[in-house]
Amino acid sequence: MRYLPLSDNDRADMLARIGVESIDELFADIPEAVRLEELTTLPRRKTELQVERQLGAMANKNVSAGSLPFFVGAGAYKHHVPATVDHLIQRSEFLTSYTPYQPEITQGTLQALFEFQTQVANLTGMEVANASMYDGSTGTAEAVLMAHRVTRKKKAVLSGGLHPQYREVVEGVSAKLPGASVVALPADPTGTEDILAQIDDETSCVVVQSPSFYGQLIDLKPIAEKAHAHKALLIAVFTEVVSLGLLESPGAQGADIVVGEGQSIGNPLTFGGPYVGLFATRQKYIRNMPGRLCGETVDAEGKRGFVLTLSTREQHIRRDKATSNICTNSGLCSLAFTIHMTMLGGNGLARLARVNHMNAVALADALAAIDGVEVLNSAFFNEFTIRTPKNAHDVIEALAEKGVLGGVPVCRLDKSGGDLDNLIVVASTEVNTDEDRAAYAQALKEVLA
Amino acid sequence: MSTYFTKDHEWLKVEGDVATVGITDFAQNQLGDVVYVELPENGKSVSQDDEVAVVESVKAASEVYAPVDGEIVEGNELLVDEPAKVNEEAEGAAWFFKIKLGNASQLEGLMSEADYKAFVETL
Amino acid sequence: MTMNTQGRPTRSGEASEPMPHQTFTGNRALDMEEPLIFEIGHMDNCGVDLDEPENFTPRLGNHMRSEVVDLPALSEPETMRHYVRLSRNNYAIDAGLYPLGSCTMKHNPRLNEKMARLPGFADIHPLQPISTVPGAFELISELADWLMELTGTNAVAMSPKAGAHGEQCGMMAIKHAIAAKGEERSIVLVPESAHGTNPATAALVGYKVVSIPAREDGTVSVDAVIEKIEAHEGQVAALMLTNPNTCGLFEPEVIEIAKAIHDAGGYFYCDGANFNAIVGKAKPGDLGIDAMHINLHKTFSTPHGGGGPGSGPVVLSDRLAPYAPLPFIRKNGEELEVVETTDQLKGGEQPFGRMTAFFGQMGMYVRALSYMLSHGSDGLKQASEDAVLNANYVRVGLQDLMTLPFGENPCMHEVLFDDSFLKDTGVSTLDFAKAMIDEGYHPMTMYFPLVVSGAMLIEPTESESRASLDLFVATMRDLVMSAKAGKKERFEGAPFLAPRRRLDETAAARKPVLKWVAPEPTKVAPELA
Repeated sequence: MRYLPLSDNDRADMLARIGVESIDELFADIPEAVRLEELTTLPRRKTELQVERQLGAMANKNVSAGSLPFFVGAGAYKHHVPATVDHLIQRSEFLTSYTPYQPEITQGTLQALFEFQTQVANLTGMEVANASMYDGSTGTAEAVLMAHRVTRKKKAVLSGGLHPQYREVVEGVSAKLPGASVVALPADPTGTEDILAQIDDETSCVVVQSPSFYGQLIDLKPIAEKAHAHKALLIAVFTEVVSLGLLESPGAQGADIVVGEGQSIGNPLTFGGPYVGLFATRQKYIRNMPGRLCGETVDAEGKRGFVLTLSTREQHIRRDKATSNICTNSGLCSLAFTIHMTMLGGNGLARLARVNHMNAVALADALAAIDGVEVLNSAFFNEFTIRTPKNAHDVIEALAEKGVLGGVPVCRLDKSGGDLDNLIVVASTEVNTDEDRAAYAQALKEVLA
Repeated sequence: MSTYFTKDHEWLKVEGDVATVGITDFAQNQLGDVVYVELPENGKSVSQDDEVAVVESVKAASEVYAPVDGEIVEGNELLVDEPAKVNEEAEGAAWFFKIKLGNASQLEGLMSEADYKAFVETL
Repeated sequence: MTMNTQGRPTRSGEASEPMPHQTFTGNRALDMEEPLIFEIGHMDNCGVDLDEPENFTPRLGNHMRSEVVDLPALSEPETMRHYVRLSRNNYAIDAGLYPLGSCTMKHNPRLNEKMARLPGFADIHPLQPISTVPGAFELISELADWLMELTGTNAVAMSPKAGAHGEQCGMMAIKHAIAAKGEERSIVLVPESAHGTNPATAALVGYKVVSIPAREDGTVSVDAVIEKIEAHEGQVAALMLTNPNTCGLFEPEVIEIAKAIHDAGGYFYCDGANFNAIVGKAKPGDLGIDAMHINLHKTFSTPHGGGGPGSGPVVLSDRLAPYAPLPFIRKNGEELEVVETTDQLKGGEQPFGRMTAFFGQMGMYVRALSYMLSHGSDGLKQASEDAVLNANYVRVGLQDLMTLPFGENPCMHEVLFDDSFLKDTGVSTLDFAKAMIDEGYHPMTMYFPLVVSGAMLIEPTESESRASLDLFVATMRDLVMSAKAGKKERFEGAPFLAPRRRLDETAAARKPVLKWVAPEPTKVAPELA
């Protein structure tokens, strides 16, 4: 077996050295009744070429985003990632290193994390950021739990513009806590809900996504003001981090915790994971923050270095009193993020954001020109919602048959019915060309005809 | 003024109806370098054995319990800025909080300095 | 002949004293100091070429920011150099033996990386029409089949993002199952030797943790479990047990323990962090587990990546299967049906909710399946056997000099020593571990598990050759003999040769500096301004 260095001779010699007759003597503690001889139901080893063929055949059954006009978003976005990023994250020293618990020999990972934290803090307009969460959705649930710890209250108010699957993750986690409650507002495609009316003295946090799941930009300032007046926290959520290049930061609008999905920068779609959750907050809340933190210090010779710090919040020390059970970050995905962000810088990000926005504006205009199609959003970034006269699921399937992946039917995620059944969330990024947009408009016209 | 100790390595100095509470020198030595102290809110009513403060070192975080019933009247703000004081003067300037005694008879259940020293010997 | 007397000397010359001066750059040949990007980056140039849109007529309402984000950029060659230099300050499996007990630092095959990057896996969107991604669900389903077969179970929740997330998933399923029976139970039993995630997870899901002491041989006795069950009659929701345990031992009474918890109406959560020791040798389902997460990044070789991403599918017993979270794949014969929302549920299915957006860690699924297909049933079993063989080989190589807390018995995939061999040497476990760094090794896991003093947990994995183990054992023996001979200078303040000496963790925690802040501009004296 190509991955196993020991030869049969080695094995025999080593058993003799250990002083046992057979390998099974080393497994003697396994009760005899459950000991296995062989896994007869599973296939035997395969060569590298055989594995490539088998997995390649599966991969070939999928329609990849780069192979056709592609406008699917709703929490994961197709962007172009520089070749340098994927090369660097595959360096052995990054790829096959463990969590940097021995800082003397992991300064590479640690310095990259420190750079990542700085980038995330500056992007979100916050004072501190952690070393990343699993993804945006789990990060949002952790943000709600953190708000409960900070405020010592347990009612979360969720905007109807929050990604429906994020909402489900929050509901699932916090519903298990005694006394915790979640008020989830109904779907809000146009950003016109009255969330202020839901905030009261019982409220621990208000969770608002902008750009919303439907693409609508939301003014966070009045929500922050009302939340703070009731000693509640504003949790600002985003799923498209590129938007921060062009939009006023959530921190500047008064958010107390900012959490979002970082996949768009540096990371491929990969069918939903692994991704990288970005998580930032105010300095005064750091000891209630979940996840790993990297901090600056000096070594015994006075040289600058970095260490994981404030780990007493974490599970391996606090055990049942930890701020979270989280024991990993999304290390390599955060590295991809930070490398790509380094190549962009603030100016490159702003330009990328402008290209995304104008591509989406052009697409919105092209689609709005079709009879019966309405764009619902007054202000949006690279994603918006359209209403069509036909069932959205049917429209998307028909478009796929014509070779266009035209977005996400809202009814796939939210089964409330009614008007939602005719809504499609459409995204356009820098990868889309004029030809892609023309193909989409033409195909939609035919489907609706 | 009399001083009492608890099995949870806290000390109390009682003056009138107010006790000053901190952690013992033995406790700070076990914790190692203290990096953070979280103090209770003033005016908070607590019962004996409630968790009222937190002390963190690089490697451990520990709760500090209320040794008696009462009302918190003051936290030692010095520790917020200079947690290292706990390592330097655990049984002096680095007191954690002052508590107005709610039930003075509870003091009888606590240890004297000699008892505490004997107790630490057994650990 | 013509004599060429020009050119450079080719002899190495006489060895001289160690370098008498500091270098100008602070670099030491290949060991280079590298500033932060914020110190070397610039705002007027970047590493990505992109044309400006022809007309910028934004439709952003009043939401536009007034200034660009304050982040400098590097061009492509600068980026490459920056991160290559950083990478060289990292230890890695590809560079050397990584004996971190309970972390399973085995070889990460590059075939797995290549497969995960096929456009049919890497460039597909979780919400594109299901009809356009049949191969994705086929892959998830096939990996699920392997996991169920290897563990002897009939259900698996694939979506958890890491081991601790899998624990949370399993415990939420248990909580839901108990509620479905109309019961309320408040307590979870956790042995002292457990990973910290176990009590943290139990608390997160809303349970009170009651600890079970370890026996003198490092294992958990069924009597201790029964004692706690009886002390909290009708209140015990679950037992969380790692098997093989964190001392590197298979729990000999695990079947009896499972029966005891089941008899009391509770569930058996098994922490599968050490499943790599018994793959192909025993099926956890046969031991009576109700839920067990599998760390694909440990047992099935997906890379650790400097701290993630992981992946933590949870296999479930038939009793818990109905409560598996959304989304899941329902098999109708050969046909795969994707269930994403509650309106698609059929009789008996009662998911407790959702762990994450989308379908979980697809990129990790591809890598893990690539590893399993490569090994096959025979290779997986051989890998477990080699892992156990290697750990025992290290054990017998060191047991006369170091101390085994539980006697000279066989271990599983990792061997646990305590610090009593260092008694009276003045060398601590930490000093000892840091001295390993100077020898070119990553330290073993230290001070865990908590049940022995100064624990040192060594897991060599099956990826090490005999020659590699021999050198490791010889190095460890040399270090032990140095310590016992009173050569404290080799240990105190070690490492001496790493890119950094020991770092001041106290200072880092007292005044946390968690991001780079531009230094104050140097003040110029008024008369010079």
